[in-house]
Amino acid sequence: MLVNQFLILGAVLFCIGVYGVLARRNGVLVLMSIELILNAVNINLIALGALQGPEAAVTGQVFSLFVITIAAAEVGVGLAIVLLIYRNRTTVDLDEVDLMKG
Amino acid sequence: MLENIWVVPGLTFASFWLILFFGKRLPKGGAEIGIAAVGLAFVLSSVAVVEWNDRPATEEVEAVSTGEHGEAEAHGSEPDAHEEAEDEHSFGEVRALAVDLAAAEAGEGEAGEHEAEPIRSAVERNLTWFSFGGVDITVGTAVDGLTVILLFTVTLISLLVHVFSTNYMHGDVRFTYFFAALSLFTTGMLLLVVSSSLLQALFGWELMGLCSFMLIGHWWEKKPNSDAAMKAFLTTRTGDIGLLVGLVIMFFAAGQTFDIAAVNEAALTGAMGETVLLVGASALFVGVIGKSAQFPLHTWLPDAMAGPTPVSALIHAATMVVAGVYLVARLYGVFWTAFDIEAGGVNPIAVIGGITVLIAAALAFVQTDIKKVLAYSTVSQLGYMVMALGVGAWTAAIFHLFTHAFFKGLLFLGAGSVSHAVHSFEMRDDMGGLRKFMPTTFVTFMIGSLALAGVFPLAGFWSKDEILLGAAENGYRLFEVVGLIGAFMTAAYMTRCVYLTFFGSYRGHGHPHESPPPITVPLIILAVFSVGAGLLNAPGFEKFFELTENRVFLLAGIEHHSFEIVPAVVSSVVVLAALALGGLLFFAGRLPRGVTARSRAARAGYRLLANKYYLDHLYTGVVVGSIKGPIARAAYWANQKVIDGVVNGVGVASTRAGLWVYRHIDQRVVDGAVNGAGFGAEGFGGILRTIQTGRVQQYGALLFGATAVLALGLVIFV
Repeated sequence: MLVNQFLILGAVLFCIGVYGVLARRNGVLVLMSIELILNAVNINLIALGALQGPEAAVTGQVFSLFVITIAAAEVGVGLAIVLLIYRNRTTVDLDEVDLMKG
Repeated sequence: MLENIWVVPGLTFASFWLILFFGKRLPKGGAEIGIAAVGLAFVLSSVAVVEWNDRPATEEVEAVSTGEHGEAEAHGSEPDAHEEAEDEHSFGEVRALAVDLAAAEAGEGEAGEHEAEPIRSAVERNLTWFSFGGVDITVGTAVDGLTVILLFTVTLISLLVHVFSTNYMHGDVRFTYFFAALSLFTTGMLLLVVSSSLLQALFGWELMGLCSFMLIGHWWEKKPNSDAAMKAFLTTRTGDIGLLVGLVIMFFAAGQTFDIAAVNEAALTGAMGETVLLVGASALFVGVIGKSAQFPLHTWLPDAMAGPTPVSALIHAATMVVAGVYLVARLYGVFWTAFDIEAGGVNPIAVIGGITVLIAAALAFVQTDIKKVLAYSTVSQLGYMVMALGVGAWTAAIFHLFTHAFFKGLLFLGAGSVSHAVHSFEMRDDMGGLRKFMPTTFVTFMIGSLALAGVFPLAGFWSKDEILLGAAENGYRLFEVVGLIGAFMTAAYMTRCVYLTFFGSYRGHGHPHESPPPITVPLIILAVFSVGAGLLNAPGFEKFFELTENRVFLLAGIEHHSFEIVPAVVSSVVVLAALALGGLLFFAGRLPRGVTARSRAARAGYRLLANKYYLDHLYTGVVVGSIKGPIARAAYWANQKVIDGVVNGVGVASTRAGLWVYRHIDQRVVDGAVNGAGFGAEGFGGILRTIQTGRVQQYGALLFGATAVLALGLVIFV
């Protein structure tokens, strides 16, 4: 089985995610881009696990399940933060949120 | 009581402070506190004597190196006698065998003799005072026979002197102060006696020096009195330089300890080097010469007569001057080994003692002041004790110290009683015929004089005889002769003194009368002791020897000689001859008049004695004069030019150096560094703040960028 397609898919997804994180101004979209990065990692985990044989395949899948769980929790916290920012400043534009400017 | 012996000096020390603070407000001006404290101390000391007597003799001590000594002596030379003996083995076996046998026999005989009698072990109690560099300096008490005997003597004499003083010093301007000083004086001696460490003993020693200064100069308004006090202080201080040096040497030689028992042990077992031991012991002995008024530093003691008479009694009988003798007796292991006393012949201690015996006795003949006669007599008797220590008659020396305390205390208090009646100390001008007016004083004074002269069976006879016997038996024949001459002179000058004071016709003014009970009762008590004290070491009894025999005594293998009839008869004959001669000269009126006018030699001799061998001239004129004159001027010049110059120079130089440091180092370097650090931090902060935008995405970009660079590096380089 060729593993390259999966790895390339993962790399593409990762790049799109990084771009989204760095370039989008909307906080909700940044969170979504983070989901893309995490899922790119999930694809890599499952693909490389399957490459190693059936036992390792299970390990990779279980690992990616953990990542999905934690990603859900992270999105929950992240959306709550974005919601609070919106309530305070009536915007979710991340460029506006620069209270930590030195 | 033996463990808690510190209470005895503690009592008198407390009494000193109490008298000082509350004495003036009390009806008797503080005397009652002093008498109560010393009285209690006396009772406790008596208890200590009894306890010591009851203490079972358990400690067995074997003499060290007696066998070796015997062998060395058999060869009459060098410590390497051992090797010689071994060499001889190869040469002639018969002779070597004989030597070995003799040595073995000598060793066995001696060891057996000492092993037979175990002794009472000393009661020690020590605390750590302070420690430095891993060395603990301890203080504490060590009680043995010598200690309890001296405690008994000192407290008894001190008590009687206190009682005597209540009357004698009555109405004195500084009555309270006098009693305070008496208490402190007694404390000094008691502290010295109970000390287990040399450093602590030094405190007692110096305390006595201070108090003697205070008491001799008690009537300091008169110049001669304060001069005498100064002289006593400075002369003993001269000796104390030696003492201090000796202490330090002993401290290091004994392995960094001041413990007296350890020092003795180290000296006797050969743990100290010979040279170190000799130098240390000589230095210590200089201190003894100063304190115990031995030739050539004896000159302060007769001048010390300027003090009140009770003080003289205390100084001469029980404290101060006997401190030196006590120190030698206490550190006998050191002196025994250092001066090789066992060898016989001649050694520095015996020589100094012998000279002192003779010159002081000779000086006593030309004195007209009754106290000065007694003072020179004390010097002479101290010479006796030192000589006894020098010839190895340890027991005899401290026995003489013990008996001498009673009859010399008695004589001084007797002289005080006489002066109380005639208000003078001049025998020639103001006394004579006093036996009719003062019967009690007369009888007790006679007893004291006879005891001092050494007439059988009074106290002085036994102790003096023991010294002479010790000198003869230990191979010091020369000093036996010196002792006999001293005994002769002592008997003769005391005859003169008694004659001038109590016989003939009264030459003074006014009506002398017998002194009141506070004065006569101490006299009677002391007279009883003067009669009886000698019997303590009488043949067949020898309680004194048994009580005082201690570890050092046995370690060194000192021999004790019991009474023998022949030397006793000889010394008695000598004493009686002196008394007879004195009687012939004075009582029968056969005193040749005008000898000094007729004979040039006699005149020269008299002048020499009257000027006290010109020693005072030597000290004040030559030594002090040269110090006061050129040396002081030179010192002043050096002070002004050299030392002040150096000091000022150092001051100016340091000011300048300080200014330079301020300008250049402090202002530029230090401040520059501090300010630079501040500016630097500020500048870096200004630069760094520009990347602190607060934009999360920018941070994220940096994070990813950096990770990418690292990953790239990882790929390329690893």
